Amino acid sequence: MTAPFGRRLCEVAANEASGGYRIFSLLDHEGPAPEPGQFYMLATEHRWDESGGRPFVPRAISVAEAAPARTGTRLDFLVEGVGPGTDRLCELEAGEEVWVTGPLGNSFSTPKQVNPEAAGAILVGGGIGIAPMAIWRRFLVERGIPLRVLLGFRNEEHSGGLQELFCAGGTLCPDVRLATEDGHAGHQGYVTDLLATMLAGDDAGSAVVYSCGPLAMLEVVRALCAEHEVACELAMESPMACGFGACFGCAVPKPDGGYMRLCVDGPVVRGDAVAEVAHA
Amino acid sequence: MPDFCGIPLAHPVINASGTYDAIAARKVFGDELLADFPFSAFVSKTITPEPRAGNEPRRIWETPAGMINSIGLPNKGLEGFLAEDLPQLAELPVPLIVSVMATNPEDFSRLVGAVAAREEVAAIELNVSCPNVHSGLIVGEQPTETEALLERLRPLTEKPLIVKLTPNVVAPEAVAIAAESGGADAVSLINTLKASAVDPASREPALAAGHGGLSGPAVRPIALQQLRAVTAVTEIPAVGMGGISSGADAAEFLSLGATLVAVGTESFRDPRAGSRIANELETKVYETASRL
Repeated sequence: MTAPFGRRLCEVAANEASGGYRIFSLLDHEGPAPEPGQFYMLATEHRWDESGGRPFVPRAISVAEAAPARTGTRLDFLVEGVGPGTDRLCELEAGEEVWVTGPLGNSFSTPKQVNPEAAGAILVGGGIGIAPMAIWRRFLVERGIPLRVLLGFRNEEHSGGLQELFCAGGTLCPDVRLATEDGHAGHQGYVTDLLATMLAGDDAGSAVVYSCGPLAMLEVVRALCAEHEVACELAMESPMACGFGACFGCAVPKPDGGYMRLCVDGPVVRGDAVAEVAHA
Repeated sequence: MPDFCGIPLAHPVINASGTYDAIAARKVFGDELLADFPFSAFVSKTITPEPRAGNEPRRIWETPAGMINSIGLPNKGLEGFLAEDLPQLAELPVPLIVSVMATNPEDFSRLVGAVAAREEVAAIELNVSCPNVHSGLIVGEQPTETEALLERLRPLTEKPLIVKLTPNVVAPEAVAIAAESGGADAVSLINTLKASAVDPASREPALAAGHGGLSGPAVRPIALQQLRAVTAVTEIPAVGMGGISSGADAAEFLSLGATLVAVGTESFRDPRAGSRIANELETKVYETASRL
């Protein structure tokens, strides 16, 4: 499946606060529905590079959820304002338009595609990285694949998206467990603590781990999975100007030397296909 | 329809070397890329004699109206390029210009000889922003080095040789004159401007290599002046580039004597920027734009 060639304008359907994050929806009348793990390059039509010259390049944002709309596809994105680009996306108002290129990159593989012996999935999301875990969770649930979801946040201020992406009927889905560093919800500590406990269990070997979050967290996930000989797929992030292989900015070291381009060789990467989740 | 060194082109907009990987883009966007290819000629990434992995990340940093990159010329090397990439690039619907770079005249000769011998290649661009290991001098910063290199390469092919000028010199026109005297068919300018950024979180240089090259609209006024200086003293065609993001920008370069313009960084923001800019040039939509 390929993306439509070029960027296109998509209308903002909604943009709501969700804890410390924002969730905004775009109406895409042109592109195919995204696969879990894929991302889009986004830039607002107006006021993208008109004050102080930044933001300048579009921002790569993983899709958090997608659903058929009256016409086309509704794309949901979870963002936290951490700089001029994401700040601008946080300000989007309904009716505004956004330049969209995508869906881009590869997508998650099912547990059986990764390991024919695997029976279930463990999803580990940290911070804003919970976004692709939401669309992937729905995909797995729809296919009846057993799963556990572990989500972690730094503190209440830097958290969000649970209500919209991981709740049913106003309560957290039963397969979801939380960890927060400030202890405001769930286990007090790291989400990787929960993963370590789970991987120490008897049936851990029958699972495949999927993760997205800060690079330091992904490195812990990768190392834990390697230690327990559990396959994992990591949805990574790397500085990216174009999203389609042109700029060569998003280089990630490979174990055998050299680099991959995360935009076209990822963003989903097998744990054993990266040297170490370095701070790129 | 522009004629560039005897190569007829559908419009005056090509890509800057190293800013568009047509092979990767075709995988991402499919054959729609070929049906509406954004450029009237395609310039490859720079090929070196041996494969290069490129620089350690971090490689790019956004700056006001632009970005700094230190990619480090990752490429498959001459043999890999000829065997794997050239057949795919030959499927593009436009003439192919191959960019080459080496750190000594012998390797430069080998590259030009091997690339020029392939009928798929219409012209060769010489990336001279590299040191000559014999002299330790950056070829493109020295008129004498540039002229000597061209005199060595000129007899190897009748195909057009384009010299990519570096802007990191006091007088690019002196290097352009040397390139012309050495037998170059055209010059292209500007390459990126040497630049640095500091990561506000670490207070360290933002790029792993410490520095990189600035591109984007931030460099456009500098590019215009360098183009003006070069076209004033040379007869050979010039490919003008540096922050072009609209037909209005491209028209400025053409009015200062550029035969063609090249689009680089803008393609990162808009994968179809090349054809958009060519259309804007043709329809002159920019003439109604405010000048204030």
